[in-house]
Amino acid sequence: MSTLGDRTNPLSLPVAGRSFDWRPWVPTIVGTLTTLVVILFWHLASTNAWVSPVFLPPPAKVFRSFIGLIVNGYVDSTLFQHAGTSLARVFSALFFAALFAIPAGILIATSPVGRGVLDPLIEFLRPLPPLAYLPLVIIWFGIGEPSKVLVIALSMIAPIAISTASGVRSASESQINAARSFGASRFQVLTNVLLPGALPSIITGIRIALGAGWTTLVAAELVAASRGLGYMIQSAAQFLVTDVVIVGILVIAALSIAFETILRLLERVFTPWSRHR
Amino acid sequence: MSELRLDGISLSYDRGRAQRGPCVLDNVTLSVGANEFVAVLGQSGSGKTSLLNIAAGFIAPSAGRVTIDGVAQAGPGAGRAVVFQDDALFAWLNARDNVALPLRLRGLDVKERRQRADALLAQVGLEGQGGKAIWTLSGGMRQRVGIARALASEPRFLLMDEPLGALDAMTRERMQELLLRAWRTSRAGALLITHSVEEALFVATRVIVLAPHPGRIVESLDVDFGARFLDGEAARAIKSDPAFIAIRERLIDAIHETELRVAS
Ligand SMILES: Nc1ncnc2c1ncn2[C@@H]1O[C@H](COP(=O)(O)OP(=O)(O)OP(=O)(O)O)[C@@H](O)[C@H]1O
Ligand SMILES: [Mg+2]
Repeated sequence: MSTLGDRTNPLSLPVAGRSFDWRPWVPTIVGTLTTLVVILFWHLASTNAWVSPVFLPPPAKVFRSFIGLIVNGYVDSTLFQHAGTSLARVFSALFFAALFAIPAGILIATSPVGRGVLDPLIEFLRPLPPLAYLPLVIIWFGIGEPSKVLVIALSMIAPIAISTASGVRSASESQINAARSFGASRFQVLTNVLLPGALPSIITGIRIALGAGWTTLVAAELVAASRGLGYMIQSAAQFLVTDVVIVGILVIAALSIAFETILRLLERVFTPWSRHR
Repeated sequence: MSELRLDGISLSYDRGRAQRGPCVLDNVTLSVGANEFVAVLGQSGSGKTSLLNIAAGFIAPSAGRVTIDGVAQAGPGAGRAVVFQDDALFAWLNARDNVALPLRLRGLDVKERRQRADALLAQVGLEGQGGKAIWTLSGGMRQRVGIARALASEPRFLLMDEPLGALDAMTRERMQELLLRAWRTSRAGALLITHSVEEALFVATRVIVLAPHPGRIVESLDVDFGARFLDGEAARAIKSDPAFIAIRERLIDAIHETELRVAS
């Protein structure tokens, strides 16, 4: 599976009249092989004790602990419960972030006042590492669930707002003029021209935001969590239960790749024109 | 009888900080009546697009006014539809929905929108292609969708900024014929900006030459070659008629002269 690049390489032209075209599959095949080689080296490294098994348990043990996590769980919750809690945090954060950031992006792109008010805010938030404002959020909002969601949401606002604004700005002057000459009101120009045109950028923004969200998740679950993948990883790390740590990392990776793939699919289904501009 | 009038239009673009740029249009007066087809010629930078944008209401002139039947117009709309040089189509809508957009904005129901859009697409030679995505259409097909979309609002005036500029010579000739027929059926007044003297002469009922720096009208000529085409004469026969060629050369000289005047 390739989520980092499109399957189609712009440098290679399709050749007609061949029985089977291997090229679209090359990234998949190479990717699978690379993964297998990494697992093989991992296996060799731990079974031959190149690295202490305490630090790097063998793949088989990690797999057994993966099954064990599903069946018995760790720190009072099964793997599904941990993952479910984390997913709920990331997606409720995404919901609130989008609720704020999409209108904010629209205002930044369409209103000088909106831009004046919101642009500095977004630019202030954008480069800040979540770990830097986490303590402040906790002081202000306590150690409960809202703080965790807020921290994750804060890390998602800038990418969504910035992508939305650039998407809204991507409408050409003549497209806007065309709608105006058909008698569209300012609001109709927004709903009929600016927003549909911005949709590909908004989806891209959400993709980037989800990436940021997963990154922030572990930090957010540092403090006073009793469930969640980040919490599971940290608890296991304190007792050097390295296999659980590795399972946690792999599950987060798998989840974020899965959602990345889903979003790319949505992009293809809902905004097929964005590849043809 | 409606009439779109540009009265004593002058324009200089602001350069920020209330500074005025050079004069782009100087006291241009021009009228387009219903059933008239006015073509504007002029070298690059002579202010043709600026003139059309003022006529459409997209920009306000520094002096002068735009009226329709004597009523001053401040913004776009009011029966003026525009065909843009870059087709300005909406990629997220298929050909039919692009054409139907003006109807949707006007609140027509889906069924009627569809019917009218399909009829207009057929009129520009795109019968049965309404379901196609914009990016699968050729440049000529896109321009035709753009023309159909402009016609959909049943405009009293059709304003076109080099709609055929990006097309190859053969397609362009077909499109000129299509444009003439569409204009005749719609009974709208038309204002066409073009670089092609032949095109202007062929489609227009009046040809206007704009001289640059500042943009002003230096020539205005009534012609009737388009009517001959609509009466059934072959396009190539009209374009190779000695009378056509004589006027064409005269106009080319006139435009050339505006260049020389700038150079000296
Ligand atoms: N938005 C703008 N701001 C400032 N100056 C402009 C703007 N648009 C056009 N101009 C200037 O006005 C003059 C006329 O431009 P305009 O686009 O109307 O010419 P044109 O006749 O349409 O040229 P072309 O045939 O190349 O399209 C040019 O000198 C141009 O630089
Ligand atoms: Mg122009």
